Parts: sequence; structure tokens; C-alpha cells
Amino acid sequence: MSKTSADLRPIHELLASDLASVDIAEESVMQRAERIGFDEDARMDLGLAVREAMVNAVVHGNNYSPKKKVELSIHSSMDSLRVVILDQGSGFEVKTVPDPLDDQNLMKTSGRGLLMMQTYVDELSVKKGPKGGTEVVMVKYLP
Amino acid sequence: MSLKLTTRQVGDVTVMDAVGKITLGEGSVAFRDAAKDLLASGHKKILVNLGEVNYIDSSGIGELVSAFTTTSNQDGQLKLLSLTKRVQDLLQITKLYTVFEVHDDEANAIRSFS
Repeated sequence: MSKTSADLRPIHELLASDLASVDIAEESVMQRAERIGFDEDARMDLGLAVREAMVNAVVHGNNYSPKKKVELSIHSSMDSLRVVILDQGSGFEVKTVPDPLDDQNLMKTSGRGLLMMQTYVDELSVKKGPKGGTEVVMVKYLP
Repeated sequence: MSLKLTTRQVGDVTVMDAVGKITLGEGSVAFRDAAKDLLASGHKKILVNLGEVNYIDSSGIGELVSAFTTTSNQDGQLKLLSLTKRVQDLLQITKLYTVFEVHDDEANAIRSFS
């Protein structure tokens, strides 16, 4: 499938802090990924990473607040997709997140989101956003 | 479709057939409620058939762990059947493949319950 300039145009969405937004973001990214040629497996990888980042933003970052939004940006190039998810929460330090692969954490019912993001994209950065909150940047390359 | 769950009895083992996604929201709640209901009604040998589940997020993984722990704490057994490639990979990534007893064949899985 050949790519058109419309396929590469950035997408910006301001989403509510609810679970419907998680589905919306996941769907948007997967649709764009299909247009630029990612296969089904890679699209599902991306979708899952986006889902995890969105859940963190909605649940832990914005705490479901109707007053807070999640900013989703999708940037496409000929060989990659870059997704930025920014919440309006108080932010967190990645190094404070317990290692879910440590034996003492193995049976915990939460805390695997970051691990799954790291697994399913090629590049991941989690840092404080320019105006606060947490900014997650994920990049996945076409094989 | 989020998640559809049906249960059937094979001897003293309850097989829970799951179809769809186990993700935060309806899917994870449906799974949690179904597992809770089974234990509350005295079904402590549970085989979760994930053959038609191709998508689980970290919340869904958390529900599987929670159901496993709750069942074990009540002297029950919860095992997994027919993992799709994606779910199998996910359990390996999260090191939970070492925790859950996983079977490919239902008859063998049923026999494995003590």
C-alpha cells in the first residue's frame, strides 16, 4: 500500500479522562499504523502499549478527573510511528516503580504497565511534561 | 466485543471458556466477577480456557493473578488452557509462565486436577 501525505499528517487529540478515551486512542493509533504499513501483529503491539500508557494517564495521572485532559499526538514517517501521551497529573519517577519481575512482586495484581510498554515498542521515554504531568513518548519502526 | 464468558462442568472441574479481550473495564470486571462467583458457589477446580483470547492488558493479567491467588488461598486450583501465541508471550514476558500451570490439551488438563 502506498502512503499519501494524508497518511503522514500528524494527529492531535484532546481526550477526556475516562476509559472510553483509552479505546479511542488505541483505535486511532492502530488505524494510522495500518495506513503506514504495520502488519497486524505490530499494530496489536502498538495498540497494547498505547492502551497501557493511556490507562496510566487516565487512572493514575489524571485520576479520572473531568477537569483534566489527556493529550494524544501521533506522528508518522515513512518508516515509523511516534506516539506522545501527555496527562495533567502530578507526574512520577520511573525509578520509583517496583520491578514487576522481581520475585517479591510477581504475584502483585498491578504494576506491569511500563514493562508491557517497553516490550511492545522500540523506543520508550517517560518523563515530566513541559508544563507538568507525565509525558510518554513511544516509537515503533516498520520492520 | 469485550469478553464473553461461559462455564461448563467436566466431572468436578469447571471449565471457563473465555472469548474476546480481557482489558481494564468491562472485560476485567466480567472475569473477576465470574471467578468470584465460581469460588463462592464452591467450585474450586477451575480451568480457564483462553484459546479465544488474543488480547490481555496489564489489568487483565492482574485479574488472572488475583483469581489464581484467591483460588489457591481457598485450597483450590486454577489452571490455564490453550494459550494463544500472544498471551503465551505475555505470560513469558511477565514471568508468570512459571506461576501458572498451562495445558494445551483439555482432557489432559482435566486429568491433572487432583
